[in-house]
Amino acid sequence: MATETSKRPNTLFRNLNAKIASLPMIFTALVVFVGGTVWTVVYSFTNSRLLPRLQFVGLDQYERLWSTPRWLASIENLMIYGVLSLIFSLTIGFVLAALLDQKIRFESVFRTIILYPFALSFIVTGLVWQWLLNPDFGVQHFVRGLGWETFTFNPLYDQSIVIYGILIAALWQGTGLVMCLMLAGLRGIDEDIWKAARVDGIPMWKTYIFIVIPMMRPVFVTTLVIIASGIVRVYDLVVAQTSGGPGHASEVPAKYVYDYMFSAQNLGQGFAASTMMLLTVLIVVVPWAYLEFGGRNKRG
Amino acid sequence: MADAVLTSHPAAGVEPFGPRPRRVFSRRNIFLYGTLIMVSLYYLLPLYVMIVTSLKGMPEIRFGNVFAPPLEITFEPWVKAWSTACTGLNCEGLSRGFWNSVRITIPSVIVSIAIASINGYALANWRFKGANIFFTILIVGAFIPYQVMIYPIVIILREMGIYGTLTGLVLVHTIFGMPINTLLFRNYFASVPEELFKAARVDGAGFWGIYFRIMLPMSLPIFVVAMIIQVTGIWNDFLFGVVYTKPETYPMTVQLNNIVNSVQGVKEYNVNMAATLLTGLVPLIVYFISGKLFVRGIAAGAVKG
Repeated sequence: MATETSKRPNTLFRNLNAKIASLPMIFTALVVFVGGTVWTVVYSFTNSRLLPRLQFVGLDQYERLWSTPRWLASIENLMIYGVLSLIFSLTIGFVLAALLDQKIRFESVFRTIILYPFALSFIVTGLVWQWLLNPDFGVQHFVRGLGWETFTFNPLYDQSIVIYGILIAALWQGTGLVMCLMLAGLRGIDEDIWKAARVDGIPMWKTYIFIVIPMMRPVFVTTLVIIASGIVRVYDLVVAQTSGGPGHASEVPAKYVYDYMFSAQNLGQGFAASTMMLLTVLIVVVPWAYLEFGGRNKRG
Repeated sequence: MADAVLTSHPAAGVEPFGPRPRRVFSRRNIFLYGTLIMVSLYYLLPLYVMIVTSLKGMPEIRFGNVFAPPLEITFEPWVKAWSTACTGLNCEGLSRGFWNSVRITIPSVIVSIAIASINGYALANWRFKGANIFFTILIVGAFIPYQVMIYPIVIILREMGIYGTLTGLVLVHTIFGMPINTLLFRNYFASVPEELFKAARVDGAGFWGIYFRIMLPMSLPIFVVAMIIQVTGIWNDFLFGVVYTKPETYPMTVQLNNIVNSVQGVKEYNVNMAATLLTGLVPLIVYFISGKLFVRGIAAGAVKG
């Protein structure tokens, strides 16, 4: 469509309306995304406290960051939470999608039920699960009431397992999305593949593992990137469910950044921590973005 | 029926050929529907508990169990959550947060969609040199953790004199809604037949003429999809609400968190759950009404990306 423009000599005023209309996009891309990121990275090398100041102190902030127990706890939590939520949400999401893809009745009812938590905010999710996991009233209390007096399940008040309590809530909220993406991927698989596999007598689970999943590689990669970038960002859920407690047992990097920037008034630490978050995301996203957008030209 | 047999996947091995009547209570069906029903119950449980808890009185909560339906239904927690629940010294209830969220969401949705659709249109039909570079930055930027850009935006808003105002928050939502919505519109407009666009050009229509008279009327469905994404996204936002507004203009999610997680006073779990439900109500209504379109928004935004 737009290729015709590139054949003719380009001047600044050619296609002027489109350029004017794109100003907000250009502003967002250059000033906010690129400019803001560069700004934060630069200021992470300064000793800014209450206000940003350009007084460079080298890697001091990073050294302090990596020797702060709270940050180390945040990173550990993020790793546990991240790995487990990737594994579980991909597995559960795929299995649910496969179940829904069996030409069943009431498919849309089931899908609606499994996806609805995704419409809720992390705050609502966190508060509901805070209530369900409340040891005095929630699941633990209920099971004890059934006669199993010693039953213990209070992740939100146990430092060693609190992150799993958050994981439960996150999975409840997010697997619906994965299921939807996977279902879309499964629907894109040619019906003939299934017929061929059946003619050859390949059992269904084998067809899924050795034929369908490899064919769905792009869907898996996209889903992975989406989940991964969501994991790094996790913030509201923790704030609502545990406020980072008990102690610092459920702290996450995003919360560390917020607290240092806006409560502890130690901007330099906040910038350094957020730069580390950025680094984590770049390791995941850059290779993907290159494959997806850089290598070839889409449409046009 | 024959079709159903062809497309069903036999559980194991080679089956005898030819159409076979499918029994309703075959092992396959029991397993399939049994699993799905269990899963559905698990997903519905929190919603059920929220509703049930919000309709009980506090004594009943203390002595009963969370899953039991209320013996005496009371709507008092709802009234209290809406109009008298306290955050700190302020006891106006969630209603204030609700109206703040309405005041934030409506302009944010309108502005962000207007801008994103024009961006998408320019990218799909009027691509100028370098446009794709900006677009790539935009998409990659969508993955940058917000925490990296929070503070620079504080500075930008402060320089513009709109830090802490509604206008500032609308701008922030417009910025962060831009990647996904631009992508959505770009892909949609790119699928509109080229001949239509060319015919309009021949007839002398320009950039805005084609947008308003041809593209806009043709793309109502995608506007609805974008609206669903934006309404739920902005309503559910917490981080930007905390950072870019003042306590008087806190959106509902922030106020809800302050009410429920406030340390002082006796915990009133029924009021908390009523408040939580109230906050979740708007996105839930959007979700249940929009149905397939919501799914389409997710799929279009994600898989095509």
